[in-house]
Amino acid sequence: MMSKPPVKIYSLSTCSHCKSAKKYLGDCSIKYEFVDVDLLEGDERKAILEDVKKFNPRCSFPTIIIGEKIIVGYKENEIKEALGL
Amino acid sequence: MMDVEKLYEMLKKAQEAQGYFFNKDRERTFELLEALLVNKERYGYMVCPCRLASGDREKDKDIICPCVYRKPDVEEYGSCYCNLYVSRQWNEEKIPQVYVPERRPPEKFEF
Repeated sequence: MMSKPPVKIYSLSTCSHCKSAKKYLGDCSIKYEFVDVDLLEGDERKAILEDVKKFNPRCSFPTIIIGEKIIVGYKENEIKEALGL
Repeated sequence: MMDVEKLYEMLKKAQEAQGYFFNKDRERTFELLEALLVNKERYGYMVCPCRLASGDREKDKDIICPCVYRKPDVEEYGSCYCNLYVSRQWNEEKIPQVYVPERRPPEKFEF
């Protein structure tokens, strides 16, 4: 079975697009890591934002990393494709 | 915290008069209005639920809801960045409901 690429989401706890992305992955029973950046503070938050900017200089959310692919925003087709579904 | 139903009623009249309608997806609209109330509690002002606030009202003034990007976004896409405020055509599905990209200039993100 082709191993699934690792999935990580940089999200905001208040953002509906972020919630939709998490729900979609859950519905497809895809394991993923996420970080609600708005709930972080101080140095931890600065460090995570540096990471986000590496993937998405605009620093908008959700920023979704699927294997090597970077998807900005809840774009279901791009997510599906990146997951090989 | 103010009741989300009250916020909905209060905003609906004023915003519709200006041609901005709440997304007909009631669950999405209430989820976003609730997030605005959470942000009001957290930051003291209703900063956009789909953007990271700096916590400094002066720096965040362009993304206090309704944000300054709503007008151009609704004109171009039929919806604001969050899909909270939409045009009549968006709700009547007369135009495609496409992803609205972030219009806010990156240099506004000062963390």
